[in-house]
Amino acid sequence: MPLPYSSKVMEHFLHPKNMGKIKNADGIGKVGNLQCGDVMWLYIKVGKNKSGKEIIKDIKFETFGCVAALATSSAITELAKGRTLDKALKIDRAKIVKNLGGLPPIKIHCSVLAADALDEAIYDYLQKNKREISLDLQKRHEIILKSKEGIEHRYHDWTNLEEELRHRKD
Amino acid sequence: MLKTKKTVYLDYAATTPVDPQVLKAMLPHFSVRFGNSMSLHALGQEAKSALEQSRKQIAKIIGAKTPEIIFTGSASESNNLAIKGVAFANKDRGRHIIISAIEHPCIMQSVAFLEKHAGFTITRLRVDKFGMVSPADVVKAITKETILVSVMHANNEIGTIEPIAEIGKICHDKGVLFHTDAAQTLGKLPIDVNKMKIDLLTASSHKIYGPKGAACLYIRSGTKIEPILHGGSHEFGLRASTINVPAIVGFAKAATICVKQMATDHKRLASLRDKLIKGVLLRIPRSRLNGHPKLRLANNANFSFDFVEGESIVLSLDALGIAVSTGSACSSEKLEPSHVLLAIGLRPEQAHGSLRLTLGRQTKERDIIYTLKVLPKVIKNLRIVSPFKI
Repeated sequence: MPLPYSSKVMEHFLHPKNMGKIKNADGIGKVGNLQCGDVMWLYIKVGKNKSGKEIIKDIKFETFGCVAALATSSAITELAKGRTLDKALKIDRAKIVKNLGGLPPIKIHCSVLAADALDEAIYDYLQKNKREISLDLQKRHEIILKSKEGIEHRYHDWTNLEEELRHRKD
Repeated sequence: MLKTKKTVYLDYAATTPVDPQVLKAMLPHFSVRFGNSMSLHALGQEAKSALEQSRKQIAKIIGAKTPEIIFTGSASESNNLAIKGVAFANKDRGRHIIISAIEHPCIMQSVAFLEKHAGFTITRLRVDKFGMVSPADVVKAITKETILVSVMHANNEIGTIEPIAEIGKICHDKGVLFHTDAAQTLGKLPIDVNKMKIDLLTASSHKIYGPKGAACLYIRSGTKIEPILHGGSHEFGLRASTINVPAIVGFAKAATICVKQMATDHKRLASLRDKLIKGVLLRIPRSRLNGHPKLRLANNANFSFDFVEGESIVLSLDALGIAVSTGSACSSEKLEPSHVLLAIGLRPEQAHGSLRLTLGRQTKERDIIYTLKVLPKVIKNLRIVSPFKI
């Protein structure tokens, strides 16, 4: 059936991998913007591989958004799972888009969002554990932080909105 | 190769399939009676006669005189002609135009063009939470400079029916031209341009089981209007282009059929629509009906669902064989949510989770039952993935 998305995107969208929440996550990355219509929360659990390097042992996502946002969330969890933190930080939007067999140009920002979410989750882990954070990651963190100001505040508002609407008179 | 699978088509406001009777009426005009309606020979005159017959049929439906109908290629074109044509021809009388905040993009963009390039001032009337324009607001907005008011008959997204006759009377009393975009209503609601005091009216073929590529603009005789397509003297010099006779014949046939069946179709569709609305609001928590609860098109239901995004709903439903549409930004080229949903007071995040289901002639009760079975599951699944929970 002809669709605006590749079959790989639709496969991830209709059957997302690693969906949900990790209760005692070691790091959480929250990115996106409600007003723009996509919000991604990425949870990671960090472990060690045989050679003692830290890896992403488990990873899950919760996403509010379009088909591309959901598919990129699912795809990045697959790309990141089992990787060392260093390698996971190298997953960028190009890798995600390639993995998905392409995205419509207007949806490329969704892949940026997924890469940001992973960076943020790793940043969160490193910071909580008082670990060294590279200058590059610190910079990226600050840029992302700026762009997402107010999401949670807005969400709180939203949950109360139903009541408000019910009482609104015209 | 397209796979043929069962589809529940609930997107009749986007477009409709051509009625078999309409197709039959059109076919001879492609290859046998193929003449150019401007040619003097018999083949040409045969085409001209088919064109004029169609004009007569459309005129009769809306209570107009035959020469008051101009055929165009689309409702967007008709709206462009109405807005820009009236503006250019009447700019010496004043440069103020009033529209509603929920007009179709072709109206919004046409007035924005006049604002930017021709020194016009535009008033965009706010609507209430149901999408209704207040006639009192029209009265207040009219100034000495006002030359045109344009308010749609019914909204294409949320289905709200506007108080057109009241607005028409106000404009008539004030000596201001009144245009209405009836792309969603011709053949669905009774229209009488004289009783409703309409000076210009846009209607479309492909929304009423006619072919794409035909539409019309009713222009009350005596109305000053400039063409926007210049060239030959087709359509009384108001729209140069070789006449698309097959499509126009189909348009007239389709409109005639719709008018004949209007009462029965309306009753049947309104009952299915109400079953759908009731079922959705009952089965899906944090769901809301957009548009007017009563004064709405018989075939339109528009909802918003909190914490999920529209494109995801549309493509999830598509995978299950249900074709619908959304006002979410993520499905648009501009990445902005629907201006209509924002105008009725929805926040962007709620507009993202909107879904429009529009019913039509082939919609059966079992389609509604199937939709009511599938949609709650789709919303539930997307909410499981969403970080925002009920």
